[in-house]
Amino acid sequence: MIAAPPSDAGAPIVALHGITRRFPGVVANDRVDLAIRPGEVHVLLGENGAGKSTLIAMLSGLLQPDEGRILVDGREQPIASPRHALGFGIGTVFQHVMLAPTLTVVENLALGLPWWRRPDRARLAAEFTRTAEALGLSIDPHAVTGELSLGEQQQAEIVRALLRGSRVLILDEATSMLTPKGVEELGALMRRLAGRGIAVVFITHKLKEAFDFGDRISILRLGRKVGEIPPERLRALGEREATAEIVHLMFGSSESPLPSPSLSPPSPRGRGLGGGGSFGLTRPVLSQAGADGGFDPLPIRAQTRADPSPYPPPARGGGTMNDSVPAPILVVRDLSVPGHGAAAVADVALEVAPGEILGIAGIDGNGQKQLAEALAGQRPASGGTVLLDGRPIDRLDVGARRRLGLRYVTDDRLGEGTVGPFPVALNLLLKQIGEPPFWSRGLDRPDEIDRNARALVAAFDVRTPGIRTPVGRLSGGNIQKVLLARELSGAARVVIYSKPTYGLDAQNIVAARRRIRDAADAGIATILISTDLEELLELSDRIAVMSRGRIAGTVANDDRARQRVGELMIGAQS
Amino acid sequence: MDGLLTQAFLTSLVLGAITAGVPLLLAGLGEQISEKAGVLNVGIEGMMLAGAYLGFLVAFTSGSIWLGFLGGAGGGLLVALLMALLCVRLGLNQIVIGIALTLGAEGMTALLHFFQFAQSYPRLEGASTLPIPGLSAIPVIGPALFDRHPVVYLAVALTFVLAWVFRRTALGLDLQAAGDKPAALDAAGVDVIGVRTAAVLATGALAGIGGAFLANIGAGLFIPFMTNGAGFIGIVLAMLARGRPVWVLLGALLFGACLSMTTALQVAGVDVPTDVIQMLPFAAVMAVLVLFGRRASLPAALGLPYVRGAR
Amino acid sequence: MTADAVNGTAPAHKPPAKPGPAGAALHWALVTLGPILAALLLSGAVLLALGTDPLAYYGLVLQRGLLSWLGLQETLSRMGPLLFLAAGLIVAFRAGIWNLGTDGQFLLAAVIVAAAGPPLADALPGWVALPLCLVLAALVGAAWSLLPALLRAYQGVNEIITTLMMTFLGTSFANVLVKLAFRDPATTVPQTRTLPVDDRLPRLFGSTISSGLLLGLLAVVLVHLMMTRTAFGLKLRVVGANARAAVHAGLPVPRLTIAVFALSAGLAAMAGAVDIIGTQGNVRADWNPAYGLAVIPLVFLARFNGFASIAFVFLFSVLSIGGESAARRLGVPHFFTLVVMAILLIVLALVEYADHRRRERMRA
Repeated sequence: MIAAPPSDAGAPIVALHGITRRFPGVVANDRVDLAIRPGEVHVLLGENGAGKSTLIAMLSGLLQPDEGRILVDGREQPIASPRHALGFGIGTVFQHVMLAPTLTVVENLALGLPWWRRPDRARLAAEFTRTAEALGLSIDPHAVTGELSLGEQQQAEIVRALLRGSRVLILDEATSMLTPKGVEELGALMRRLAGRGIAVVFITHKLKEAFDFGDRISILRLGRKVGEIPPERLRALGEREATAEIVHLMFGSSESPLPSPSLSPPSPRGRGLGGGGSFGLTRPVLSQAGADGGFDPLPIRAQTRADPSPYPPPARGGGTMNDSVPAPILVVRDLSVPGHGAAAVADVALEVAPGEILGIAGIDGNGQKQLAEALAGQRPASGGTVLLDGRPIDRLDVGARRRLGLRYVTDDRLGEGTVGPFPVALNLLLKQIGEPPFWSRGLDRPDEIDRNARALVAAFDVRTPGIRTPVGRLSGGNIQKVLLARELSGAARVVIYSKPTYGLDAQNIVAARRRIRDAADAGIATILISTDLEELLELSDRIAVMSRGRIAGTVANDDRARQRVGELMIGAQS
Repeated sequence: MDGLLTQAFLTSLVLGAITAGVPLLLAGLGEQISEKAGVLNVGIEGMMLAGAYLGFLVAFTSGSIWLGFLGGAGGGLLVALLMALLCVRLGLNQIVIGIALTLGAEGMTALLHFFQFAQSYPRLEGASTLPIPGLSAIPVIGPALFDRHPVVYLAVALTFVLAWVFRRTALGLDLQAAGDKPAALDAAGVDVIGVRTAAVLATGALAGIGGAFLANIGAGLFIPFMTNGAGFIGIVLAMLARGRPVWVLLGALLFGACLSMTTALQVAGVDVPTDVIQMLPFAAVMAVLVLFGRRASLPAALGLPYVRGAR
Repeated sequence: MTADAVNGTAPAHKPPAKPGPAGAALHWALVTLGPILAALLLSGAVLLALGTDPLAYYGLVLQRGLLSWLGLQETLSRMGPLLFLAAGLIVAFRAGIWNLGTDGQFLLAAVIVAAAGPPLADALPGWVALPLCLVLAALVGAAWSLLPALLRAYQGVNEIITTLMMTFLGTSFANVLVKLAFRDPATTVPQTRTLPVDDRLPRLFGSTISSGLLLGLLAVVLVHLMMTRTAFGLKLRVVGANARAAVHAGLPVPRLTIAVFALSAGLAAMAGAVDIIGTQGNVRADWNPAYGLAVIPLVFLARFNGFASIAFVFLFSVLSIGGESAARRLGVPHFFTLVVMAILLIVLALVEYADHRRRERMRA
């Protein structure tokens, strides 16, 4: 049941005029105009916090605009609920899968049928398979959705949207969970759908995807639509010019990207090279199309504010890149961690030396989190050993490992890393409750606690009304700074970061990456777990690829790293 | 102790197991519906009590046991309506409201009973039973199992109806999604609040009927606090049954047998103090929880109010 | 932790402009006294519907519970056990544990202490025997909470159900003990041997107020200080506020859980002991004042603050003592107190919700 192309091919199916939506303390969307036309892939491009998700929520009926009009087929209609959106033919595939995990695909399709009906599983399965195959997809309709991979769940949702006769298909950050090959396949699928007359709305913060897959690009920045590149212009521009124009629109002229003298492919992490201060990046902003195959639309500004860095400037050419690599401080041998059914982590071996950044790539859910937790002492291992300074630490708990200098920055900032209702000052000491000098004989010492908090807040530039403010009130970027401040302070020697820049806006991403780099330059052995390949390529010395709980391979971060990491990710999948 | 194996003991035990088990069954099935949809209904004890009181009142004043059951359903529905409004619609804490509703129902029913019946303590006449031909003639257990008030048969039939609804209808899927991932149900265009409200109301009605059974069939009168934990045992049954109504039925029979052990033992001529026997069902619950507690699998969104668009 | 406490939601917005002190006081009055007033009004309506004059009832409650010297002494004496219960609930709720078994812990400890009290008082001097009774009670309470504690700590079994079951079990068990094991052969009515008045907790300053009041105040204050100033209390609060963060921070969650159960149940048990060795002197069969659940709304109203709890416990004590008098005089049984408490809890939840929504709108 793919929708037939509408008779008036150019007229928009859905049009937004002057849409404004506010939340406490922030204007998420500010007078946004948007037109969604059939048969084209319309990309909504913007960094985290630009207002893309809010816009999508309004298109799918989850939120109502405070001001502005929505027109469907030329008539003004509010989209009051998801049911209304579906009635208008608007289908949404959200970033976080909206399928009930304990039901099968077919059962998920049957949700919403009249309640007394007996869902005809066979018929639904047949329809599903027909539509899926027409799109070049193959998914078992009787599989329990919770057991499918994230990519397959996404595909199932796309098929479901089409089965419902969607004329508009909205894909919200659909590629964040996919392998590079998966991203390509999704892109091809989008183009096929557009070819059939579906209006595809693709939300992303990745410039390259926007250019590769989009017909029209609308750029959002801080709640406003700051520009639109229509299809004719997009086709006319090459990737480089389009990129330049988009970056200019996204980040404004005051923050023009650094014109790098070299357009050469990224060199290995340049410590001791480049500018003064703690900014040793040489990664070029503009790259030749195809030279490195990817692009990170973040402004690498040469000169930021003079943020006080708690770390000394990097050792110039000393003891790291050119000399022999120092002995590893953290050694992991044959580490296995139990999980549901299969092992979550199986026979992982790795080493990290002081000052080295070992990146761990791989799609979410392949054991990275369990590995991090096992190293931190939060999760028991079922086999193998972990050596710190040559001594096994398997029997030590979180606190003991922490005191030896092994730290873990979790990706789940509010769910696990902090206690939202508690003040910033206490969150900064969450892993040191009861320890001197902050506690003495079991009783707290507020002066010491406050002093520590003020120092860390200043050193790590945490924007907070006060040290007593509940940490849950801070923005995501500042909560991340709290986590970094906590884990990087006080004789940290080995730090594990899990998705440290996930969900942050550009400024905070840059700041966080700088912290990581500075910390490594100061001698901290670093494990960087990330699903953002660009981030890994920018920061790591070596990159290991994790798949199904195992290390599929480790590559040095050189010119061919991107390609080889991609290969390892796919190879391990088959 | 040879009295234990006599016909009288067995008959009494089975008879009592059914009598005590039906309210547990209804409470358990009701709680199962709520929990499946993601609502932890701690107020079910209050719903049963309200049903017991109103059921008795209606039966007493109208002279009809059947109308009494209708009244019982109504009593349970009243309390469930409050729960639906406060917890499902407004999103208030389900545990706090559940405790409040139970306390309130306990107090109100006791209060009302005091003002109306404390002087007279009226009893209902015994309800007529409906024997199933043939089966009720089986020696020893026949009459106990197959010569009962029709509500007993209906309750058992309901078990299988519910099992069918859960597995085989779109409503069952909607319920499961509401408890598993309500955002997914919302995105599929179903009114999550509506589904959860319906679930809570259904629980109230069933619990109310269970309470009415306790008062009208089991005891023949209303005594304050007479449910004595039956609603909470229903919660245990729902938690352990892992979504399968038939297991609620089996568990209800087991605990019903424990509850009726006093009478049965007395019939058998074994003299054990009432209080000791009264410990039995709760001790059995604890034993079952110790053995199987880990295996209780509950819906992921249980206890969490659903707010559209919340992250 | 206001809205969090009752409605389980955590605000995550930028802070609004702080109101001035007058505004803050008004806000507090609305949010704390408002529910009390509303509950009394609504309960009064119930009384009206049942044919009793609410003004007469409340008037009698005030007169008998507060305004008469005799009544006031009884009110203050009753506060002793109630304060211990409040302390136990504060510990549990702040640590995220729903200890609904306080009634069972209270009763069982009361019975054991009632049985052990007289022989201990005979054998040992008062200043040894009485503290020993408290210790005994704490041990009984902790032991009775062990099973739910272990089930929750290591199997993740919801403690609402297990503690409730243990209450039913404990109530029956207590009755068995009173009627069979500890029965005083000298009396016709089944009860334990009565502890002579001289051997009970000393009175205060020549009044009939039991020194259990002082013990209760001490318990609440100590619990408050423990929760707010000690590392241990902070660890408990972390577990209660975000169990996953507690694991991440390396806190020994199972052991802390068991400690919370033991503390909370121990305090509830000491409430029972204080009631026996301070006021009752013995336990009659089928005696069950069931204060446990009724105290829950009070600690919520106090937002788990120890000092505020004292005030609300006092108010409840007045209602309780006055209510018993009213039961005799006006024929309104003590069940009415349950109704008041239930309405209070619901109104409080609604007020919290409205307050939360108002604050969100202000930030927009």
